[in-house]
Amino acid sequence: MTQTPTASSDRAITDFGIDTTTLSTAEAVRDYLARVRAGQLGSLPALLGLIALVIMFSALSDVFLSLNNVANLLAQGAGQTMIAMGIVFVLLVGEIDLSAGTASGAAGAVLAMHFVHDGNLLGGMGSTVFIVFNLVLALAVVLALLLRIWPGAALAGVAIVISVSGMTANPWLEMLLALCVGAAMGCITGFLVARIGMPSFVVTLALFLTWQGVILQFIGEGGTLGISSSPVLNKVANGNLSTLGSWALFAVGAGGFGALMLGQHFSRLRRGLVTQPTPLVLFKVGGVAALGAVATMLLTINRSPNPSIVISGVPYVVPIVLALLTLGTYVLNRTSYGRHIYAVGGNREAARRAGINVTKIRASVFIVSSSVAALGAIVYSSKVGSVDAQAGGLNTLLFAVGAAVIGGTSLFGGRGRVFDAVIGGTVLAVVANGLGLLRQPAAVVAIVTGLVLLLAAMVDALSRRRAATAGR
Amino acid sequence: MTEPILELHGLNKSFGPVHVLHDVDFAVRAGEVTALVGDNGAGKSTLVKCIAGIYTSDSGDVRFQGEEVHIRGPKDAAALGIEVVYQDLALADNLDIVQNMFLGRERGSGWLLDEASMERAARETLASLSVRTVKSVRTPVASLSGGQRQTVAIAKSVLWDSKVVLLDEPTAALGVAQTRQVLDLVRRLAEQGLGVVLISHNMADVFEVSDRISVLYLGRVAAEVQTKEVTHGQVVELITAGRSGELGLARPDSAVL
Ligand SMILES: Nc1ncnc2c1ncn2[C@@H]1O[C@H](COP(=O)(O)OP(=O)(O)O)[C@@H](O)[C@H]1O
Ligand SMILES: [Mg+2]
Repeated sequence: MTQTPTASSDRAITDFGIDTTTLSTAEAVRDYLARVRAGQLGSLPALLGLIALVIMFSALSDVFLSLNNVANLLAQGAGQTMIAMGIVFVLLVGEIDLSAGTASGAAGAVLAMHFVHDGNLLGGMGSTVFIVFNLVLALAVVLALLLRIWPGAALAGVAIVISVSGMTANPWLEMLLALCVGAAMGCITGFLVARIGMPSFVVTLALFLTWQGVILQFIGEGGTLGISSSPVLNKVANGNLSTLGSWALFAVGAGGFGALMLGQHFSRLRRGLVTQPTPLVLFKVGGVAALGAVATMLLTINRSPNPSIVISGVPYVVPIVLALLTLGTYVLNRTSYGRHIYAVGGNREAARRAGINVTKIRASVFIVSSSVAALGAIVYSSKVGSVDAQAGGLNTLLFAVGAAVIGGTSLFGGRGRVFDAVIGGTVLAVVANGLGLLRQPAAVVAIVTGLVLLLAAMVDALSRRRAATAGR
Repeated sequence: MTEPILELHGLNKSFGPVHVLHDVDFAVRAGEVTALVGDNGAGKSTLVKCIAGIYTSDSGDVRFQGEEVHIRGPKDAAALGIEVVYQDLALADNLDIVQNMFLGRERGSGWLLDEASMERAARETLASLSVRTVKSVRTPVASLSGGQRQTVAIAKSVLWDSKVVLLDEPTAALGVAQTRQVLDLVRRLAEQGLGVVLISHNMADVFEVSDRISVLYLGRVAAEVQTKEVTHGQVVELITAGRSGELGLARPDSAVL
């Protein structure tokens, strides 16, 4: 590739001597290495770590790379990875959401109760709790209106409608209810942090405990609410696409990714805008397509350990996570809302001076976080088939925050992607699954997970220091 | 003598018990460079932030193009065509040059930003300022030098169809060559018919580019003079003592109280 001349009609642009739009592949690689040296590592450490872990575990255990285990691993990690994807939004503005785990548990508990009591939340909760529950939802609507975040108010309002109307159990309605309850909890967090001005650490720590109490209240000590008798709720994390569906997913996923990347690349190239080198783009698109094809092929082979039944197809959690990844990436990269999230995280005062409503942005990320956490709850509850009083407990939260940070999202705000959460979540799922296969006790799993997180936070802090000293 | 495009009357601003601006009168004329000078802490940056809507003033009125206006926030100032290059730059390090220049005023719909149009406009503006040191307009601001950041901040303010540009110590952190560029740029903005306000501590710069000088002394306007009619020495005296011969505050010693 050579330099592309920019729009010939504009003399000013050709005067702009040093500005380059298209780099050669070698230059791009050199630029990338320079960025890495300057401390902008992104998800590179996590990717390298993931590869190392996979090699290690497949050497130590024959089962680890078996198709059944891989599919199982995906479903195990999906719920918490989704929660991490929501937390990325909060981390991007430089805040923390410690309540995401128990908020997801509470949303899951409401879902399960609606299902178990056939839509009669009043009967399930008892009248006092039911009234308080709806008053809190109403409070969330009011707070969202005060913040002028209309989608938050609308979702919390829908939760009231579903709860009060007592419509009979329907898995889709229950999932919607969980999402809406999650959004309502986020409205409360967001208002306290952004409007009242309380530190997010304290607010979400307090709400962490509060939602945990709410779960206990809904489910009762030692109780469980089973949801596996609903075919839809059961299949979310335990079902698989048919072989045809799997390949359709591959076609849509890889094809869509390729069309988007290539379309954008050549359109930018034609208009003389800054682009990556064409070979690099082709390599990325080809790589994703090849990986997707191999994964689809393997996952459509029968992986049942039991010869009398057949298990094959890509697990539903894969398209669910991919859809959320696509949506999150689009919002952060292509909308002004996403741009403003990065700005608030990068320099809050600059964002304010640019006329961005910083309060609204800071509040809204907590609504995103809790709503997405509720979606995560649907997946992990489906995986185990029930919601118990421990749902969304401490480990869920630490796993989710850890996943985001391990993937390369900065705790200091302004840097990170939704994709980071997927990589980080995969790393932690591999650690948990691999150590489990090696029959390591819970103590070892906890210690190793903690050390991995510590390592990731250290990489974050060190790379920030590098970035602060380099370049200026 | 042209009518002022922006005119402040009797502006007061306190931060709690600290009364920073006292009955400040200040005018900006289209096509002219007005230098705003004063010692450290005189209130220059505060005055600029009041004009930009970052701070709300306690009292006083603002007229823009002859009409009374109320600036309640940064968006109001921007809507009038008032742009500020802040002393502390106000760029988001994690965003690239294009993203910073369009921050808060992105092109395209809220649901799909028009990156192509923004990138092209940013490049044209930088080119019109003869910026040749930036490798790519997609470079994150974190990796730019102080002078490059200053250029981006100035380019950001002229990108808009602005009528008044206020520059708070734009050359303080720059080398000789870059200061030269910025001063040329300041002059060019005035020639294009904009009202320009330049805050600077460098008297040589002030005398080279300004048409008028306003001196702030402990939050009060000590003098507003034509640059041609005063000497360096007089301005320095106004800055440090609040008066110089016939010019300045009547009794500077009592003014402090
Ligand atoms: N946000 C603020 N809160 C309290 N005092 C302030 C604030 N900003 C400025 N000041 C005070 O106002 C005075 C003028 O400051 P400033 O406008 O920055 O001066 P200059 O730009 O002329 O050096 C100083 O005494 C400063 O301490
Ligand atoms: Mg100042």
